[in-house]
Amino acid sequence: MSGRSYRPEGIADEFTQGARGGEQPTDAGSEGAAPTDAPPSGTARAPRIGWRGMLRWTWRQLTSMRVALMLLMLLAVAAVPGSIFPQRSQDPAAVVEYLGEHPTAGEWLDRFGFFEVYSSVWFSAIYLLLFVSLVGCIVPRTIAHAKAVRHRPPRPPARFARFPAQASGTTSAAPQEVTDALAAHLRGRRWLPAFRVDTAAEPAHEARGKVPARPAARTVAAERGYLRESGNLLFHLALLGLIVAVGVGQLMHYRGQAIITEGRGFANAVVDYDTFESGAWFQPESLVPFSMTLDSFTSQFATDTVAFAQSRDFTAAVTVTEPDGSSSQETIKVNHPLTIDGSKIYLQGNGYAPQITVEDAEGAIAFSGRVPFLPEDQVYTSRGVVKVPDVSPGLDQVGLIGYFLPTAVIEADGSARSVFPLPESPLLVLEVYRGDLGLDEGVPQNVYRLDTESLTPSLDANGDRVTLLLEPGDTVELPDGLGTVSLGEDVPRFVALDLRHDPSLVWVLGFSLAALVGLTGSLFLPRRRVWVRSWVDDGVTRVEVAGLARGDDVGLQPEVDRTLAAVPGLDDPATEPDPDPVTVTTHDPERG
Amino acid sequence: MEIAELSDLLVWAAATALAVAMIAFAVDLGRRTEERVGARTQERVAVGAATAPGAPTAGADAPAAGADAPAEAAPRRRAAGIAMATTWLGTAMLLAAIVLRGLAAGRTPWANMYEFTMVGSFIALVVFLLLNVRRDVRFLGAFVTGLVTLFLVVGLNSFHVAATGVQPALQNYWLVLHVGVAIAATGIFTVSFVMSALQLLRDVRDEGSPFLSRPGFRWLDRTPVPATLESMSFRLNAVGFVMWTFTIIGGAIWAEDAWGRYWGWDPKEVWSFVIWVVYAAYLHARTTRGWSGRRAAWFVVVGYACVLFNFTGVNLIFNGKHSYSGIS
Ligand code: HEM
Repeated sequence: MSGRSYRPEGIADEFTQGARGGEQPTDAGSEGAAPTDAPPSGTARAPRIGWRGMLRWTWRQLTSMRVALMLLMLLAVAAVPGSIFPQRSQDPAAVVEYLGEHPTAGEWLDRFGFFEVYSSVWFSAIYLLLFVSLVGCIVPRTIAHAKAVRHRPPRPPARFARFPAQASGTTSAAPQEVTDALAAHLRGRRWLPAFRVDTAAEPAHEARGKVPARPAARTVAAERGYLRESGNLLFHLALLGLIVAVGVGQLMHYRGQAIITEGRGFANAVVDYDTFESGAWFQPESLVPFSMTLDSFTSQFATDTVAFAQSRDFTAAVTVTEPDGSSSQETIKVNHPLTIDGSKIYLQGNGYAPQITVEDAEGAIAFSGRVPFLPEDQVYTSRGVVKVPDVSPGLDQVGLIGYFLPTAVIEADGSARSVFPLPESPLLVLEVYRGDLGLDEGVPQNVYRLDTESLTPSLDANGDRVTLLLEPGDTVELPDGLGTVSLGEDVPRFVALDLRHDPSLVWVLGFSLAALVGLTGSLFLPRRRVWVRSWVDDGVTRVEVAGLARGDDVGLQPEVDRTLAAVPGLDDPATEPDPDPVTVTTHDPERG
Repeated sequence: MEIAELSDLLVWAAATALAVAMIAFAVDLGRRTEERVGARTQERVAVGAATAPGAPTAGADAPAAGADAPAEAAPRRRAAGIAMATTWLGTAMLLAAIVLRGLAAGRTPWANMYEFTMVGSFIALVVFLLLNVRRDVRFLGAFVTGLVTLFLVVGLNSFHVAATGVQPALQNYWLVLHVGVAIAATGIFTVSFVMSALQLLRDVRDEGSPFLSRPGFRWLDRTPVPATLESMSFRLNAVGFVMWTFTIIGGAIWAEDAWGRYWGWDPKEVWSFVIWVVYAAYLHARTTRGWSGRRAAWFVVVGYACVLFNFTGVNLIFNGKHSYSGIS
């Protein structure tokens, strides 16, 4: 993007830095009062020879606004791949699938961390550099600001003519009276001070340069909006705090998942969870040993035609027993986790866990238990497997794969499907496999999958797979004389619970809110200076008011007008036609 | 069901009214072009000029009174009058449609893509109308009403779902806050995007680009000078950015309760973050020498593109936890 670039109003830094260009309002008197709240600019200059010079140059580059800008843009771009490629932390199965489908590209992507973008070297490098840059720019600014908040407003500039907002008028009141009244006006109410105000007397002086000769005058110098910079600093510091809090949370948190069925429970111990994951600073002793029982689970679904079968409510009723033996009844709902001893327990999933019993060919009970069937769609067509390794010696092991249909209808072609998620006419549909389930090899297996490759399916006379249909209470023969399978009379529900403990949460929230508050202050609090000069000319008192703001400030001219209007005995307010009332500003181009 | 159908009908009616408004706004921009050419040289001198809202208007005879002054001095603008009236009408009908939708579904009417489109369009219109109360921004009209008409028609044709209740994960007061503020921010970003886009076009035309210097683009001279557009756009973006920050924080608080973690780099979260960083970069660009003005305006264009993608692409392409569009 080459070409002329105009400077939007509001972008110039006479406010804190004093004048830089000839076109800006200058004021010798304001030096000293104007804080230089910026480290030296980071514009590229030829680095000095030597490693110290080199280091200093690098540091200046890194803490410059321009580099911060580049890093921000890089951060935005670097975040995108994580939404395009599957991420291990969210969906490891999808990553495996992707790798299977794109072996070559997948391997390279994997090497460069595209399946773990947010913990990849490059993503971390960008945000760490950004935060180093942030520290480098925020620390000097904070020190400068801490000094600046004690400063008095800068003395009035010699000439008001160049200022973006002005007003002038005449009055019969004496200059002293005028400045006293305006000082009081600008100071505002005692309990809600607006401006920090100084008044002074100026001796008469000769004309010099563009400044005309003037008799002795009285002046007011006022400044407000120190909180604007405070807000900005608060915002940036809160971002630092946020990242630290999130990092500490990563190290200290733990999370466990458990599937429990109605009437059963679990204890808060690492071994009792189906999956458990924790940060490096986690200590197993820190788990408070409470236990919990699922008393019942209820769900509600819409029955109107428009939203048929959409879920409307899930409620788990539980009994919690604390280590001291006291127990209480609680409910867990979606959106309403249960908090116990600083940990939160979430209702993450639910489904049916039918009671299934398998007897082998010799009539021995080879399997009996509740088997969670995982719902696959809105009407809870649920898939599950039963692995029966413990058959009598010499017999084939049995595997059952099938669907649980809470409200089943049987189509004309004999296939069954579910039409509603609640168990109105449950049906269990099973296919039967036999052979070696491979469970004895010690390789961990997914309990929800049956690897059928090395197993033999049971076929009927036509060579089609045999499907068994069971209603609650039914017992049916397994094909090929494998034994029998029966389905329990009532169908228990299961819930998937997620327990999470993260001691940093309150800090994360606190820093986020601090950032929000700081940001609001830094964008919307006006930072203004108002100067007044009043002297006697030809027997009348002249009053001139000038205003300067930092950032875009629509309210500047009205502020100046209000100030003039507060002059006692004002004759004819003559608001100067204002060349640019919208804004005026200031800024350090390379503050950073 | 009848209430829901009435709501849909009203959205169609609003889209029609707004299409009429767009045409009238366009006619107005085209007409005024003739009068304006003379004023152009003058205006260039007064870079950054604009009438401050609330400030006493400096007489229309002063060239410095700003970009809007010639417009005020111009004779009656019938097309603009018609355009404003139809915009108010369209906005009122849209409001009625939203209220009826809420009644039909028995809940806050912003829980799926269709409703989001409806409410976001409404906010964009309200921002435009409110701005117009304080200063003359009718030059934005054609673009704001045009975009909104487009959004509404796409919404009706592609995103429409029946009005019903919501699933348990959405039954929370954060639906009102988090989603409501996100929609409002989107509406605001829409208007500021129009301003920044005009700023870029006008800036390039003023620079003498052969393409934009063609007579077909003479209407650009009716818009305020780039510096004024930039400062108007900034003020809206600042509000939008704060609201977006709140949207993300609120979303995280809600996610902590509903999904068991406050942040998980779900596609919607990723793109909300990207948008936030782009607008943060915009704010930094404005204060960086060599990046203010035109370059900063590009950030607004990119940021708004991300906003639109976050709303459409992320809902429809990616499979994340935010798949509440109701469209399968
Ligand atoms: C995580 C990275 C950062 C984010 C998200 C961020 C965000 C923001 C936001 C939203 C603002 C707007 C407030 C305003 O305009 O007044 C801002 C202002 C500012 N930021 Fe940052 N910032 C980041 C890093 C940095 C860094 C590394 C620097 C210094 C090199 C920096 C320097 C500044 C300055 C000087 C302002 C004030 C601009 C002004 O005067 O208006 N920021 N930042």
